[in-house]
Amino acid sequence: MNLILAQPPQIDITAGLFYIFGAITAISAVGVVLSRNIVRMAVCLFFTLLGVSALYFLLRAEFLAAVQLVVYAGGTLVLIIFGVMLTSKSPFSRFEPKAIEVAIASVLGIVVLGSLVVGIVKTKVPSQMSSEGVYPMTALGQALLGDYLVPFELVSVVLLVVMIGAAYLAKGRKKE
Amino acid sequence: MSIAILAESTGPASDYLVQRWLLEHCGSFLERLHIPTSGSFFDVLYSSLLVGVIFTPAVLLFAMFAIWWERKVAGHIQARLGPNRVGPIGILQSLADGIKLLGKEDLCPAEADKLLFRIAPYLAFAPAFAAWLALPYGPNMVFEPRLSSGVFWILAILSIEVMGVILAGWSSNNKWSVYGAMREAAQMVSYEIPLGIAIIVAICAAGTLNLVQLGHLQSGGIHTWFVFRNPFTFLAFGVFFVASLASNKRAPFDLPESESELVAGFHTEYSGLRWAFFFFAEYGSMFVVGGICAALFLGAWNDPFGLIGHYYAKWIGDDANIGKLLVLNLIAVGIFVTKALIIVYVQMWLRWTLPRPRIDQVLYACIKVLLPGSCVLLAGAALWQLFVPDRPGLPWMQYAPFSLEAWTGSPAGNALFSLVVQSILALIGVAGFAATLLWIGYAFTTGRGIKQRLTDPAPIEMGAA
Repeated sequence: MNLILAQPPQIDITAGLFYIFGAITAISAVGVVLSRNIVRMAVCLFFTLLGVSALYFLLRAEFLAAVQLVVYAGGTLVLIIFGVMLTSKSPFSRFEPKAIEVAIASVLGIVVLGSLVVGIVKTKVPSQMSSEGVYPMTALGQALLGDYLVPFELVSVVLLVVMIGAAYLAKGRKKE
Repeated sequence: MSIAILAESTGPASDYLVQRWLLEHCGSFLERLHIPTSGSFFDVLYSSLLVGVIFTPAVLLFAMFAIWWERKVAGHIQARLGPNRVGPIGILQSLADGIKLLGKEDLCPAEADKLLFRIAPYLAFAPAFAAWLALPYGPNMVFEPRLSSGVFWILAILSIEVMGVILAGWSSNNKWSVYGAMREAAQMVSYEIPLGIAIIVAICAAGTLNLVQLGHLQSGGIHTWFVFRNPFTFLAFGVFFVASLASNKRAPFDLPESESELVAGFHTEYSGLRWAFFFFAEYGSMFVVGGICAALFLGAWNDPFGLIGHYYAKWIGDDANIGKLLVLNLIAVGIFVTKALIIVYVQMWLRWTLPRPRIDQVLYACIKVLLPGSCVLLAGAALWQLFVPDRPGLPWMQYAPFSLEAWTGSPAGNALFSLVVQSILALIGVAGFAATLLWIGYAFTTGRGIKQRLTDPAPIEMGAA
């Protein structure tokens, strides 16, 4: 039975999966920029965020991956609803940016991309993952409600303010 | 503290029992093929085989079975027979329908957004399928036993499942479909909150999000199931069930496809296999909801007497017992699936019994009733954990079924009080379940016998006067 393969295959499947999910993320991110249809943009964004979530899974940060799904991928849903409701005049509303807008956005994008690339290249990342292989969720919870309690609660207060503001705006003004 | 003991007692060696058993028996065959039996390549191969050979057919077969079952239940509730022509008692009806749907033309409206219209059914089906992978079918029958945020992962999956429905509704370019999609969005966004809070109430009593550990924590007999742990989880189970009906768009919350007002809602324009995918998704996620109910509240894979937990604790340490443990696991899978199917049956029963509310009534019930109610339950559950600590340690490590010691020998101060409350709640629950069974049995056996009704196609006389 030695005919099949002389050597056991040395396939680094994790790297392969990384490239697949990275490609999904990158291609759909390009789709967000190039699409002219608001709902399609939101769908592309949904796939971008799904790809990022899959990358988190690959890094065994499964809690972060699930948060990514709930908060961001679920959030694009609301984006689509806005896309549908605010652009109700034509069912497939198109988005036509002016040349100057494209130029400003490109410059900003290149600046952000450059700084990210420089930052990533210069940062030293530990090459080994923790031997546990499991993200310690209990530790995360205790850190959020222990050491970092004040920032955590402050963020909740900000969210509360946003909610009150939204409720006030939605209520509308009384006619006098 | 009990969680720490749990983490030690279920190390990697006991987690991947099935994988190890397979390697023991098929390892030499794999070596002859020069397939490595460890490392990431083997893991991916094993997972893909599991998904391809077991999970995919299981989801599809379950959906086909459940569609037939639902039609049968509907028939009996409406005093008719349901499908009874294809195969014995009509059980092959779904297969026949599937063949018919395969042969249908794949229509797409001319003015639709064609790309989104085509991918929407897959987007609806894939999450329902992915959630199946996280369910704990048995102590070792789990796809990834160390998924430390299993409950949260399923919740995340359920929250992106609406994406397919909304895209289907929007891209059809049909006002009924868009109404259906908007209703689904409103329903999902609002019912997700009581759903999450009801889950947290159960998690409060458990202290872990890992579905396998949740199962182990409930292995000490029926009174340790989370639904009976304290009065708040008892009520939270009801909140969870109602909210899961709504987020799953099951009747009475099936407004996204309410056929009496919106033609067929979001899937009006679909035909053939793409239409069938929406139903695979719906029935797949019905089982997922039943599975979460079982795993979080109804004792996961454990029997009411704690026998599974007892024998699992007895055998787990020793490699010689690997065969016995596999048999135990298979029994556990049977128990888990039975519990999930009971919940699925209740979902069907409600669908054919309750009338459909208006959309404003649906949202009223969520925002003004379920949401404040679940917040009160959460506060109550937190206070309960503060003042009435649960029985310390793990039930299945100390528990000997039917022994007096397990009922009286708990050391902590409030444990007796906790135990009394658990027992009372368990009695209420068991009595309620028994009463329901009697009720259903009475309904089935009055009038004409059930066997006759299943086989005899003659019409049933209604209201003989």
